[in-house]
Amino acid sequence: MSALNSTPPVEIPDLEEQTMDRAKESFYTATQFQLMWLKFRRHKLAIIGMFVLALFLIAMLFAEFLAPYGSQSRDADYLFGKPQSIHFFDDDGNFRGMFVYSVISQFNIDTMQVDLVEDRSEIRPVNFFAKGEPYKMWGLIKGDLHLFHVEDAFIHLFGTDSLGRDVYSRVIFGTRTSLSIGFIGVIISFILGLAIGGVSGYFGGLIDDIVQRMIEFIRSIPTLPLWMSLAAILPKEWSPLRVYFAVTVLLGFLSWTTLARRVRGKLISMREEDFVFAARIAGSSDARIIWRHMIPAFLSYIIVDLTVSFPAMILGETTLSFIGLGLREPVVSWGVLLQASQNIKAIEQHPWLFFPAIFVVISVLAFSLVGDGMRDAADPYSH
Amino acid sequence: MPGDDQLLLEVKNLKKYFPIRRGAFGTVKKTVKAVDRVSFFIKKGETFGLVGESGSGKTTTGRLILRAMEPTEGEVIYHLEDREPFDLMKLSKKELWEFRRYSQMIFQDPYSSLNPRMTVRDIVAEPLIATKALQKEAVTQRIRETAKKCQVSIEFLRRYPHAFSGGQRQRIGIARALVLNPPFIVCDEPVSALDVSIQAQILNLLNDLQEELDLTYLFIAHDLSVVEHICDRVGVMYLGRLFEMATTRDLFFSPRHPYTEALMSAIPAADPSIIMEPIKLTGEIPSPINPPEGCSFHPRCRYAQPICSQSIPEWKEYSPEHFAACHFAGELELKGAFK
Repeated sequence: MSALNSTPPVEIPDLEEQTMDRAKESFYTATQFQLMWLKFRRHKLAIIGMFVLALFLIAMLFAEFLAPYGSQSRDADYLFGKPQSIHFFDDDGNFRGMFVYSVISQFNIDTMQVDLVEDRSEIRPVNFFAKGEPYKMWGLIKGDLHLFHVEDAFIHLFGTDSLGRDVYSRVIFGTRTSLSIGFIGVIISFILGLAIGGVSGYFGGLIDDIVQRMIEFIRSIPTLPLWMSLAAILPKEWSPLRVYFAVTVLLGFLSWTTLARRVRGKLISMREEDFVFAARIAGSSDARIIWRHMIPAFLSYIIVDLTVSFPAMILGETTLSFIGLGLREPVVSWGVLLQASQNIKAIEQHPWLFFPAIFVVISVLAFSLVGDGMRDAADPYSH
Repeated sequence: MPGDDQLLLEVKNLKKYFPIRRGAFGTVKKTVKAVDRVSFFIKKGETFGLVGESGSGKTTTGRLILRAMEPTEGEVIYHLEDREPFDLMKLSKKELWEFRRYSQMIFQDPYSSLNPRMTVRDIVAEPLIATKALQKEAVTQRIRETAKKCQVSIEFLRRYPHAFSGGQRQRIGIARALVLNPPFIVCDEPVSALDVSIQAQILNLLNDLQEELDLTYLFIAHDLSVVEHICDRVGVMYLGRLFEMATTRDLFFSPRHPYTEALMSAIPAADPSIIMEPIKLTGEIPSPINPPEGCSFHPRCRYAQPICSQSIPEWKEYSPEHFAACHFAGELELKGAFK
């Protein structure tokens, strides 16, 4: 018995406790952005929004690959064609994979109009990752690979416009233009907002007063007339590319005010922050205080503001182009595409020309959702 | 006044007036006298307490003494071991930067005073790096030593402040203040944001560190029982002015200012059988924008005479090291907290 008693107690490590400890320790050593991600992840809608934005980003980067045709390629036999239906079974009910029927135009004696009817005699299978219309990716890299392609016929998922151009392909190319305008515009307003708001908040006094009155003035001008007058200044003989840049810069120049205000407010409140004060007593230079303490503290708020200001940019571009003062053909953007749907005829007879509007709505919603989630996550230290 | 060799610092006629901006063009219409004609001294190795209600100017005084903000007027003369006495307010920007090694501060709020985006190590290292006091190789060693002294575990150094409770955060704040080995520390209400059980731990830690490192503290507080526990001498502030200054013993046994007497009578006793007789001050603490004429305490003072509303009482030494600013400081028989 005594021999049994003398065995040293075997230590059984408590695995559950160990993993708990490790989880805690990783929380304790988590950086600001790790904490923000933890908080952001709980926001389901924001995660969905982020997923949608990722899809848009892919569309923007690989437009040539995702679109079966170029933005100006025509299907001369299929004007104002409605979206083609995708089939899986032939007329005898046999499964034939994904395919479409090509469309032929027939003159209808009774209505005296041209009818577009499916030619059911031949099956046109949809090939994925197939070679199709050659293109130059971003005008640089040559290629001819497309996500999907139909041999010896056309596939128009969203129908065609008045000239027989594929609406789906044009929406994809429009995504590139519209979102890039958003990105560049946001970057311009970011730089201006940070610089002007920074000067205003850091120096204060008379400079602050002047800047604030200027911001109030800019904000008090009704947006639409201002855009219109500014867009009207752009010379008509400018190339579409130049107009594209001008519109981008214009949108950026008008939207920095909100951000400048935010930066100023943050700077002013940050100056009074205890840890900034502590850094000053510790002997830190102004530059060190700004870089180590102030900027990291308000960077997250600024990222949120930028995300939230994205929709305004996209809507701004869409509005401008829609009323014909923004981008012009052959540049394709969502706004330019929507111009084609300006009349009652379009709504009645070719409702598929509204597909770009759905993309505008989805992208604006996605940005707003992500912005919402980020706003909640921006200050992971609130208690 | 004690001799120069005993003194660490002398404050002479310190003033801080904040302008209140009114009108569209930033015209200064009025000022708030946050600190007005304050004079006192701190001896080497002691803990000097500064007490007063909120808004009495004690925190501003603490900040002015470190020249964390610029005073409107006044001198703060430091007597440091290896240097000639100098007026802090006359230092150039570079000299002020060099002075930072000699004095640091412990803050009231352990939450807002630590940058949540920096690890504990970076927070404690900041004064070392900002003042370039040590070579890079020596920094880690010093941080570990300081952390140990302040009862902060070495493993905690890689964590962020959000991992810690108030008491632990305050220890980190103390480590930051001590990492430069400064002889003088301003403690701005270091325990008033903490739970009572933790207050005692932090106070004992401050006491131990003072003995071990030969530190001098300026201890700003509003809790008189804390002050009584930790301070050697105490100054009482009211509405930006110093009303009384004496050794803790002197002040608690025989105060000379009616305001101090009122404060003393309000100290809660830990014995429920004792019947407290607090002197009730009538009215509110006046607005510092429009302080009363004469002695700023006279509207609430139960000993007030006509002269109190007419002239400002002089700051005088009534017995050795017992200063007061009251017209009747020499005549009144006032009750202290101790008998």
